[in-house]
Amino acid sequence: MSEFVQVCSTDDLVKNSGVAALINDTQVALFYINDEVYALNNYDPIGKANVMSRGLIGDLKGEFMVAAPLQKQHYNLKTGECMDVEGVSIPTYETKIENNQVLVKL
Amino acid sequence: MSKQKIVVIGNGMVGHNFIEKLVASEGYANFEVHTFCEEPRVAYDRVYLSSYFSGKTAEDLSLVKPGFYEENGVKIYINDKAVGIDTQNKTVTSEAGVTIEYDKLIMATGSYPFVPPIDGNNRDGCLVYRTIEDLDAMKEVAARGKVGVVVGGGLLGLEAAKALVDLGLETHVVEFAPRLMPVQLDDGGAALLKRKIENLGVTVHTSKATTLITDGESCMNKMVFADGEELETDMVLFSAGIRPRDDLAKESGLELGPRGGIQIDNQCKTSDSDVFAIGECALHDGMVYGLVAPGYSMAQVVVNQLNAEPASFEGADMSTKLKLMGVDVASIGDPHGTDENALSYVYENGPEEIYKKIVVTPDGKKLLGAVLVGDAEDFGNLLQIMLNDMDLPEHPDALILPNRDGSGGDLFGPDALPETAQLCSCYDVSKGDIINAVEGGCCTMADVKATTEAGTGCGGCVQLVTNVLNSELEKRGVEVNTDLCEHFAHTRQELYHICQVEEIKDFDTLIEKHGTGCGCEVCKQAVGNIFASLWNTHALAKENVALQDTNDNYLGNMQKDGTYSVIPRVPGGEITPQKLIVLGEVATKYKLYTKVNGGQRIVLFGAQMNDLPAIWKELLDAGFESGQAYAKALRTVKSCVGSTWCRFGLDDSVTMAIEMENRYKGLRSPHKMKMGVSGCTRECAEAQAKDIGLISTENGWNLYVCGNGGMKPRHADLFATDLTKEEVFKYVDRLLMFYIRTANRLERTATWMDNLEGGLEYLQDVVINDSLGLGAELEAQMERQQQTYQCDWEAALENPEFTKRFRSFVNVDSPAEQLFVQERGQIRPATEEDKLAGIAVEIKQIA
Ligand code: SRM
Ligand SMILES: Cc1cc2nc3c(=O)[nH]c(=O)nc-3n(C[C@H](O)[C@H](O)[C@H](O)COP(=O)(O)OP(=O)(O)OC[C@H]3O[C@@H](n4cnc5c(N)ncnc54)[C@H](O)[C@@H]3O)c2cc1C
Ligand code: SF4
Ligand code: FES
Repeated sequence: MSEFVQVCSTDDLVKNSGVAALINDTQVALFYINDEVYALNNYDPIGKANVMSRGLIGDLKGEFMVAAPLQKQHYNLKTGECMDVEGVSIPTYETKIENNQVLVKL
Repeated sequence: MSKQKIVVIGNGMVGHNFIEKLVASEGYANFEVHTFCEEPRVAYDRVYLSSYFSGKTAEDLSLVKPGFYEENGVKIYINDKAVGIDTQNKTVTSEAGVTIEYDKLIMATGSYPFVPPIDGNNRDGCLVYRTIEDLDAMKEVAARGKVGVVVGGGLLGLEAAKALVDLGLETHVVEFAPRLMPVQLDDGGAALLKRKIENLGVTVHTSKATTLITDGESCMNKMVFADGEELETDMVLFSAGIRPRDDLAKESGLELGPRGGIQIDNQCKTSDSDVFAIGECALHDGMVYGLVAPGYSMAQVVVNQLNAEPASFEGADMSTKLKLMGVDVASIGDPHGTDENALSYVYENGPEEIYKKIVVTPDGKKLLGAVLVGDAEDFGNLLQIMLNDMDLPEHPDALILPNRDGSGGDLFGPDALPETAQLCSCYDVSKGDIINAVEGGCCTMADVKATTEAGTGCGGCVQLVTNVLNSELEKRGVEVNTDLCEHFAHTRQELYHICQVEEIKDFDTLIEKHGTGCGCEVCKQAVGNIFASLWNTHALAKENVALQDTNDNYLGNMQKDGTYSVIPRVPGGEITPQKLIVLGEVATKYKLYTKVNGGQRIVLFGAQMNDLPAIWKELLDAGFESGQAYAKALRTVKSCVGSTWCRFGLDDSVTMAIEMENRYKGLRSPHKMKMGVSGCTRECAEAQAKDIGLISTENGWNLYVCGNGGMKPRHADLFATDLTKEEVFKYVDRLLMFYIRTANRLERTATWMDNLEGGLEYLQDVVINDSLGLGAELEAQMERQQQTYQCDWEAALENPEFTKRFRSFVNVDSPAEQLFVQERGQIRPATEEDKLAGIAVEIKQIA
């Protein structure tokens, strides 16, 4: 249904960390790890605040993850699934990098 | 039946140990004990003699519990030397004229330091190192001079050199042999030891024979060497070996060895069957043992025989492990490989200054000896392999090669040891004893020490006993994994040392070399914290930013709605009216909620991320700085009004608190730290509920440490009393730096101290007596911290790269939507219900 939108340049990202972007009124968290960008909704469904972009990222048992900054639940960066609480997940979005530009499809 | 009369000549370490053992033995009721003590005091701990220079008193060193001799009917003649033995009539006569008959006589006269026959060896300033009186003489000469030379580079000589350094002398060591510790070390190990010791400021001269000591020009004395060189010095300390004190035995007709020493057999009997000799005066199978443990074994052998139990002394192992001037050194078995077909393996690590060598039998199956310098962790392991004659692995070098990838673990884990293996030689504790202790409920090293005494002597066995303990606990299903997380098989303390030694300043290098994967919130936070403690670099610097946890990440505490708090520092809780007005103005302008918090300062809540730089700019302009309420660092120093205003105040607690806060602000630590300063014992500042607490007394400050409120309140322990301000700073500097070095992740000071083996007393020893010799280093590290302090927010505002982080979004300039509700004239975060009820509004709509 929707198209890739150009959001920012890779220089605006922070390596091994996150930033937030506002795309069509949706807050999106962009994580830059291993030269790839992962996009999740910025809303923390358990902490109930728009803070996901400010979580620490890394890996757990071989999966890239972000730790929610308020209460430290882990979410899989690829699937958005919560690794600690069953049935909880965060919407994820497709991304790509072209000519140093970051594109996200909502 | 009348009691058997036992006379002991010499009340040194072994003589006293013999009496203790006899008193504790079953048949003690049958004996009457007399002992002659030449020194002006009862037996004391010579092994820890050097600690006399770092604050221990003669009483501290005493081995005799007050009242022990009186209670047990032992007659001791203090300050009275035995001068004659009549083996025919079985009597001993003393200098003071006492004559006593004996049934059995025990010679425990020890040894004396050998002073080489050099012209001038009895000049003023020429001393030896054996008794408390010797140490007093050293202090006296050190006060008059500035240079000291130790003659002899063996174990004792190097320990004496440390004492000279502690006395503030320019220190030299002169060794006749071509290398240090010629008996224990090989050339490679000695060369490394020399380098390390020279780095500590001691000059080492090897292959030097002293021919003359004469008048000096710039110093009291001058030493002249065989090669024509000269060395000016005030003190000359001879430490060129020991000689058994056998003169009295000789006069009494007892048989001596060809080169001295009272000849004994396996029963410790001399040539007269009613006379025994034990300790350093005895010669057994051609050996005089210069260590205390063999002497203790001899004492046991004699006690058993007196109780009519068979016993024999079969010689002792001379392996040693010790810390010389802070350098770990160990020697096991025959490290020189006197069997010419023996094979050896050497591992030398230049950058980390580690040298290890093992010598094995020609067939590579058994261990003959080892030398370790710079890292003696393998000592226990190797010693057990040798003592228990265990088979070596196919590649014996694996025993000394570093195990960097974390695979394999100990080749000779504690499980490989037989139950009979003696782990602690000081207290003769075997592996089986440890297993029994675990069966009996011991779960920590502290329990094991209390139950078995293992590890409470020289401490050399602690590592090994800990390994056995952990392995036994594991077998019983008790979890003892101390790994930080799945990415690092290390504790925080280990990582701290790795980063420090290898000077690692970025996470990628660290995880590549010492970990796996890409990290998680646990290890990243810990490593970010370690970097901050070690290098004091900014949290938002490129190499650090991805490591910061929720609060450090934006230099503010994240609130439940994603906004931040702003807490400027208010040292000691003292604030000017003008600054209060500024806080009010800033809060009004940015529509922040204000509250007086529990740390005697004022907090502004509800700041949006994108407003943080502007808010802080205004606060900094008004003279505030970051209060670091977001950091694992010093928070506040709470104070009471103190002597300035309070009618009970004894000292100016406010000034002291402000100085403390300014001294330690910015210091990143494993967990947050709080302090308190009260002006008198009424304790209005609740200093005893803090990590560091000071209470003023008539005579200075009482220092309390390791308390906290919070989840599990714990009162602080009294650490030292009646201190000057300078002493307070010195002790707190040392204590905090030691905490930062050794604590686990997120471990507050109270838990840290409770987990330290030895607890409060150990900590007092390290900090007050400088027992690890780390004091100066810790203080220097603290000074560096203070010099590199910069307000986090000031640094952040100077750097546009940093301020960029505070934009709400990377692609648009507008701030994020944030909803509040008004209550009691201020804002508060909107709840989900507020939002549904439609009473939540955006900040711009608030008047
Ligand atoms: C002003 C203040 C110190 C400060 O600068 O922070 C203070 C000042 C005094 N305290 Fe306090 N206490 C102050 C907080 C505390 C606290 C901390 C707290 O409550 O948060 C404590 C420890 C907690 C507690 O209540 O035990 C505290 C424990 C005491 C005690 C010891 C009480 C005890 O039973 O042990 C006394 C002595 C007494 O009761 O006679 C005391 C007595 C006093 C008196 C009233 C002494 C006196 O008789 O004159 C001081 C008044 C000085 C003056 O000239 O005004 N003050 N005092 C604090 C006032 C807080 C406030 O007004 O809200
Ligand atoms: C600085 C220093 C550090 C040391 N470090 C270690 C170490 O780390 N590990 C280790 O194992 N060993 C160490 N030692 C060696 C250890 O102290 C000795 O092995 C131990 O003290 C020997 O005990 P002893 O009873 O045989 O002799 P001593 O302790 O010397 O006792 C003999 C006593 O007999 C007295 N005496 C002698 N003749 C007479 C007489 N005729 N009448 C009455 N009294 C007499 C002497 O005055 C002396 O008090 C160290 C020694 C020194 C000096
Ligand atoms: S602690 Fe003592 S000096 Fe301080 S306010 Fe209370 S009563 Fe006064
Ligand atoms: S070996 Fe000395 S304390 Fe155990």
